[in-house]
Amino acid sequence: MMVPILKQGHFLIATIMAALSDEDMRQFREALLDRVVSSRATAVIIDVMAMDVLDSFATRTLREIAYMTRLRGARTVLVGVQPEVALTMVQLGLHLEGVATALDLEEGLAYLDRVNRRG
Amino acid sequence: MQQTHRHTLPIDSALELRRELVAHLRENRTVLREEWVRRITEAQLLRAMTKEEIFAEATSVYDNYVEALETDTLEALQAYARSLSERIIPRGVETDEVVGIVLLLRDVLARSLFGKYQNNPSKLNRVLDAYEPAANRIANTVAVGFVQERERVISQQQEAIRELSTPVLQVRERLLILPIIGVVDPHRARQLTEQLLRGIRTNRARVVVIDITGVAAMDAAVANHLVQTVEASRLLGADVIVTGLSPEIAQTLVNIGVDLGKMKTMGDLQGGIEVAEQSLGYKVVPTTQTEAMA
Amino acid sequence: MVNAMAPPCQVRVPIGSDGDIIVARQKGRALAAELGFSSTDVVRIATAISELARNVLTYAACGEIRLQPLNCRNRCGIVIVASDHGPGIADIEQAMQDAYSTSGGLGLGLPGVRRLMDEFTIESTVGKGTTVSATKWCRP
Repeated sequence: MMVPILKQGHFLIATIMAALSDEDMRQFREALLDRVVSSRATAVIIDVMAMDVLDSFATRTLREIAYMTRLRGARTVLVGVQPEVALTMVQLGLHLEGVATALDLEEGLAYLDRVNRRG
Repeated sequence: MQQTHRHTLPIDSALELRRELVAHLRENRTVLREEWVRRITEAQLLRAMTKEEIFAEATSVYDNYVEALETDTLEALQAYARSLSERIIPRGVETDEVVGIVLLLRDVLARSLFGKYQNNPSKLNRVLDAYEPAANRIANTVAVGFVQERERVISQQQEAIRELSTPVLQVRERLLILPIIGVVDPHRARQLTEQLLRGIRTNRARVVVIDITGVAAMDAAVANHLVQTVEASRLLGADVIVTGLSPEIAQTLVNIGVDLGKMKTMGDLQGGIEVAEQSLGYKVVPTTQTEAMA
Repeated sequence: MVNAMAPPCQVRVPIGSDGDIIVARQKGRALAAELGFSSTDVVRIATAISELARNVLTYAACGEIRLQPLNCRNRCGIVIVASDHGPGIADIEQAMQDAYSTSGGLGLGLPGVRRLMDEFTIESTVGKGTTVSATKWCRP
């Protein structure tokens, strides 16, 4: 399962289209980090709207992506977490401290816009 | 001892008596039904209903009643009692009225039996022995059916009130307020969270102010739920500011291990809204000042 | 076509690769939805299955997830049974401690699963294997 990663300006937009296996998730992490380096992107938006489950492994991988992206000088915004999924994640004890979140892709772009203007 | 004696009536005789009873009630259907309706009106029961409605329902109850006596089964009557309750509860008919009309019917029928067998006291006794337990069972069935239906309606209404009692208000674009008032049990807490998360998505909210000034106390389970609500809202991209935290509730939060430093709090709702507006980029300026600027 | 009147029956999913985790939770999702669980509960159940299936894979390499609909005293529910013949858990008490399991995902995530579900039992014998059962009841 490939996750399309699009470049828009200085941003990368990755849209996860369906449930990913652990192996797919690992491959996605590597591919995205490579793209951050090669494209010199300043921010990454990961859209997880289509993910009906965000379990401990998926959450951990997303957190790793955010941290490693930051080490390469870019921010990560996670968008599209569904209300039911959000509730389940916090009940399970999972959190994404330090990872920016927004309602959807549009809000994610607006967030990056505000952050950039603030400098 | 006497009780035992009553129940040892020969079966065919009890059956016989009931058959005789049913035949009597069928024969005098018109008179007895009218008498019953007259007594209902006289006792000022079912005032929420018109005379025609009372007559129509009385006819159905009467026929179901006689059938229940004849077949000694309560299913049909039970079903009728349920549907009757469904129809009359929204009209404001009270439990005592329903019990009242069933007892009146029992009385009307018993009086007619007195009249019929007044010259044969021993037969009258036996007829009443056969009639009374059945009549009691029937009265019980109708009353219980009504009460159950009423309870169902009440719990439905409670649910609706709960929904109304936790309004998610949009005060400005992207800003929601959730004022929580009263007792929060785990059920309400769960409902509240789901409502808020839905509200965040529909209104595309970026900041939420949860005001708990009106919440007197919170146990650990509900406090935990509050924390989860704050975290889940953030996962949807909305920041939460909690206002009106009493010292007691703050203590509960600390006790369950919440780092209050990580939770955005403000003393009162107004302060919370001001902070929220700032973070959304609003600036509230008195009108005199805007006029001066213009 | 599935007969609409037939009661949902037990589902077994063998767990041997990480793709099986997805199969197990998709089946769990479908079953929970069919049993009338709320959308939030459906996600809770699917997530619990995901966690339990991954434990099987990580600690025992293979095993099974069994999904059993329940019908008892007018309420319905679902029980997830995750079983394996792996090394077993030496210290169940420690495995059920929150700090142990949620710190960066080093542990088994069992306390989290217990929070998502209504009932939770675990049986484990060192050298023989582990069976975890987690039940969720449908709210009326």
